[in-house]
Amino acid sequence: MRPLITAIGLLLAWEALAWATGVPVYILPPPSRVGVVLVERFDLLMEQAVWTAAEMVLGLILGLILGAALAVVFAASAGWRRWALPLVIVSQAIPVIAIAPLLVLWLGYGMASKVAMAALVIFFPVVSTLYDGLRRTDPGWLDLARTMDAKPRAVLLQIRLPAALPAFASGARIAAAVAPIGAVIGEWVGASAGLGFLMTQSLARGQTPLAFAALFLLCLLGLALYHATDRAARRLVPWQSPQGE
Amino acid sequence: MTFVVVSPPLSVRGARIAFGDRVVASDLALEFPAGRTTCLLGRSGVGKTSLLRWLAGLLPGTERAQPLAYMAQRDLLLPWLDILGNVLLGYRLRRDAAALRTAEPRARALLAEVGLGDRLGDRPEALSAGMRQRAALARTLCEDRSVVLMDEPFGHLDAVTRLELQDLAARLFTGRTVVVVTHDPLEALRLGHQVRVLTGTPFTVGLPIEPSGPVPRDASDPELLGLQGQLIAQLRRTASGSVP
Repeated sequence: MRPLITAIGLLLAWEALAWATGVPVYILPPPSRVGVVLVERFDLLMEQAVWTAAEMVLGLILGLILGAALAVVFAASAGWRRWALPLVIVSQAIPVIAIAPLLVLWLGYGMASKVAMAALVIFFPVVSTLYDGLRRTDPGWLDLARTMDAKPRAVLLQIRLPAALPAFASGARIAAAVAPIGAVIGEWVGASAGLGFLMTQSLARGQTPLAFAALFLLCLLGLALYHATDRAARRLVPWQSPQGE
Repeated sequence: MTFVVVSPPLSVRGARIAFGDRVVASDLALEFPAGRTTCLLGRSGVGKTSLLRWLAGLLPGTERAQPLAYMAQRDLLLPWLDILGNVLLGYRLRRDAAALRTAEPRARALLAEVGLGDRLGDRPEALSAGMRQRAALARTLCEDRSVVLMDEPFGHLDAVTRLELQDLAARLFTGRTVVVVTHDPLEALRLGHQVRVLTGTPFTVGLPIEPSGPVPRDASDPELLGLQGQLIAQLRRTASGSVP
C-alpha cells in the first residue's frame, strides 16, 4: 500500500510541476498526457512491449543457463577455473554498451543481438554468486560425506549444488533486475522493434509523451520480471540458509 | 531390531596429532575394545574432537583404519531432503543403487525405532532439535558400520531429551565398537563400558574406568554419582595444574 501512495504522490507532484512551470510537452510531458498516449497508442505499445519482454526473458534464461553451467564447471575443475575465470572477469571489464554495436553487426538488427546482450549482462552475477555458493558448503556436510565414502561427483550434485541454490537464487534476482539493461541497450544501438526502439524513434520525432509511455511500460516489465524470478526462486529454494543456527 | 555384528577393536599406536607447531597428542597408544562403548571425557579444547577426527580420517594427511560411521554434534541433516532421504544419504552418495534398494526397508525400520516412523516424508526444519538428532542417530546406524564415532552427539539438547537419546543410543549401538567424545561426566558414565579421561597439553589418556552394570546406567545410581564426583574433581585438578 505504501509504495502505491508514494507513487501517486510523486505523479501528482510531477503533474503540478509541469503545469506550474509551463514546460513544453516535448521536454517534460505531464503524467496525464502520458496516460492519454498510453491509452491511444495501446496497440502499438503492447506490440513493442511483447517484443522487448521476449528479449528479456530469453536473455535471462540463456544467461542463467550459461552462468550456472560455468559456475559448476569452475567448481568441479581447477583447470577450467584457472584458464577460463580470467576470461569471465575480462568479459565484465568491457562495458556492454561498447560491444553492443559489434553484437548488432554480427547478429543483426533482430532479436538475437538483444538476447545475447541481455545474457552477457546477466551471466556474470549468476556465475559469481553460484560459484561462491559452491565454495562455501558447510564443512560439516563435507566431513560427513567423506566418512560415507562419497563419490566426488555425488558430493557436487547432491550436497554442494543444492546447498548453493540459495546463493544461485540471489544471483538470479540480480540477473532479473539487470536483464532490461542488456535488452534496451541493444535496442538503442540498432533494432527494428521493441520499447527501446520505440523510445529512440519517438524522441527523434518530438513525440516525447510516447517515449515516456514506453519508459513506463519498460519499468513495469522490469518489475514483473523481477517478481516472477523472486517467486520462482522462493519456490525452488524453500529451505533456510543452513548455517542459520 | 537386532543385527548380527562382529565388531573389530579399534587400536591406535604411536599416533601424533598436530596442527602446525601445536601438538595435540604425541606417541599416542589407545585400544578401544571390540563391541563396547568407550567414552572419552575431557574439558573443552583438550583435543578430544581432534582425536575423533583423526580416527575418522578427517584431519589433513590422515587415513582412517576401517569403514566407520561418524556422528557430529550438529545433526547435519540436509534441509532439501526428507527424513528418509537423509537417513539413506550414505547410499545415495556412494551411488550404489542396489544397496540403496536393500537399505530402504532398514531405514524405515530404524526410523520407526527412533520414534520417527510417521515423519519419513517431513523436511528436517519441521522437526524439533531432539527429533533431528534422532534422525541423525538413525542415519548413523543405517550406515551399518561396526565402528561408530560420535562427537558430543547430544551436547546441545535439553537435559531430559539428552537422557532419552542416551538410552536410545545405548540400546541401538549394542554390539558395535563405539567411541563417544563428551565433556559431560554423567553422559560418559551412563553410556561407556569404559570411560577414559583426557588431560594435559599434549593430552594423555587416563587408565580405563569401568563402572559396574550394563549400559545405559541409571543416572540416580549412587555408585555412578560417586564416580561423577571423582571425575569432576580429576578434571578440575588438571585444569588448575595447567594454569600458571
